[in-house]
Amino acid sequence: MSTTNGMTSITRKFFMALSGFFLLVFLLQHCVINMLSVISPEMFNTVSHFMGTNPMVQFALQPVLAFGVVFHLGMGIMLELQNNNARSVKYAMNKPGENATWMSRNMIITGIMIMLFLGLHFYDFWLPELNVKFIQGDMSGLNAAGEFRYFEELQHKFHDPIRTGLYVVSFLFLALHLLHGFQSAFQSVGFRHNKYTPMIKKLGDIYAIMVPLGFVTIAVFHFLNA
Amino acid sequence: MDLTLKIWRQKNREAKGEMKSYPIKGVSPDSSFLEMMDLLNNELIEKGEDPVAFDHDCREGICGSCSMYINGEAHGPDRMVTTCQLHMRKFKDGETIHIEPWRANAFPVEKDLVVDRSSFDRIMNAGGFVSVNTSGNTQDANATPIPKEDADNAFDAATCIGCGACVATCKNASAMLFVSAKVSQLALLPQGRPEAKRRATHMVEQMDHEGFGNCTNTGACEVECPKGISLENIARMNREYLSASMSSDS
Ligand code: SF4
Ligand code: FES
Repeated sequence: MSTTNGMTSITRKFFMALSGFFLLVFLLQHCVINMLSVISPEMFNTVSHFMGTNPMVQFALQPVLAFGVVFHLGMGIMLELQNNNARSVKYAMNKPGENATWMSRNMIITGIMIMLFLGLHFYDFWLPELNVKFIQGDMSGLNAAGEFRYFEELQHKFHDPIRTGLYVVSFLFLALHLLHGFQSAFQSVGFRHNKYTPMIKKLGDIYAIMVPLGFVTIAVFHFLNA
Repeated sequence: MDLTLKIWRQKNREAKGEMKSYPIKGVSPDSSFLEMMDLLNNELIEKGEDPVAFDHDCREGICGSCSMYINGEAHGPDRMVTTCQLHMRKFKDGETIHIEPWRANAFPVEKDLVVDRSSFDRIMNAGGFVSVNTSGNTQDANATPIPKEDADNAFDAATCIGCGACVATCKNASAMLFVSAKVSQLALLPQGRPEAKRRATHMVEQMDHEGFGNCTNTGACEVECPKGISLENIARMNREYLSASMSSDS
């Protein structure tokens, strides 16, 4: 396994956790902002316009986010390959379910499903945004009628039952990924305490269910209202 | 009890092994798993066949040699026991039992169920000790006051018998639980602090060098460890290692 890129197994797991923490924060804010679209289209439009045009968000946070996602994915794949290589001959009879959860053993599967979803999600929202803002050069955020276009575009995307279905399934994978990932990140940075760890595990379960459920609600809400 | 054993047979390190079936009759449910293996070996010897090679020594759960992956679990289906402490009453009459060696590239198979665990020794040599001069004027250990909780945790970590079940069980063949127990037992005590940084970095580097996988916190090791070594030790080692690598000068 050696110290690939000057990193040991513990540094690798540390950075995996750090990027994970960052993505946890990102997901939470993304979910909260999208929730606005269910509560008030006006509020959603205002915040979307801010997030989409604020230079700090666009040119500082967004590149960090992109790096975080790519790093988390790349490192995840690298770890999986290394770990697979650490046992060339597999067991003829193995019962991994006896001692570890499905979620903890299949982070690579849930992770890759999330990445596939991100491809669709970028195609749906990010690429059109880049096109309007940087190719057409229209930073106004307005549609032909002179109104903010964000809410309308969002609703439009969820017309399609297949797309809505794909989103819902993806959020299920996200939940499975988070059920292990949230508490695992704390363990990786060495945070474990008899008093606090049970609390972190509970909080992790709540986060892992509530945040994806929030996204599902948003998708289904717009599908039903479209 | 009448059983069918499916056992991994492999002549030597280079040979290609395979699972072989052996029927065995009249096993007492009160016998231990290793006694059952002895019974089988006696039969094999009587027939002029090569007995199954397996590691064992103390037969009371303290030496850690009896490495067997039984029916898909390290040391079999029971918890907090080694193979030598496992009883045949845990199995059903007529059952087929799969017996395999530990599987990890860092534990190459020597013969049948015997694996080479010297990678653990090399990790220990890299820093799993305190350098004290034992020239006859060693100070009484009780002269240094140690909080009860620290002493207890250090002692718990020190119960690791180096069996390697954690590695065998881990889907990544990671040795983190073993190494963390060895780092912790010393890191928790004042006698271990002077060399703590060097110990954590050197042992982790050696562990990686031996070809063990990366820990992904599945927690399987903790469940299968016959001594109940806790994941808390891994978190402690992560802290020890991270703070050492941030503050050390090399
Ligand atoms: S940590 Fe447990 S399973 Fe691993 S070597 Fe020590 S006693 Fe065996
Ligand atoms: S033979 Fe010593 S622990 Fe099993």
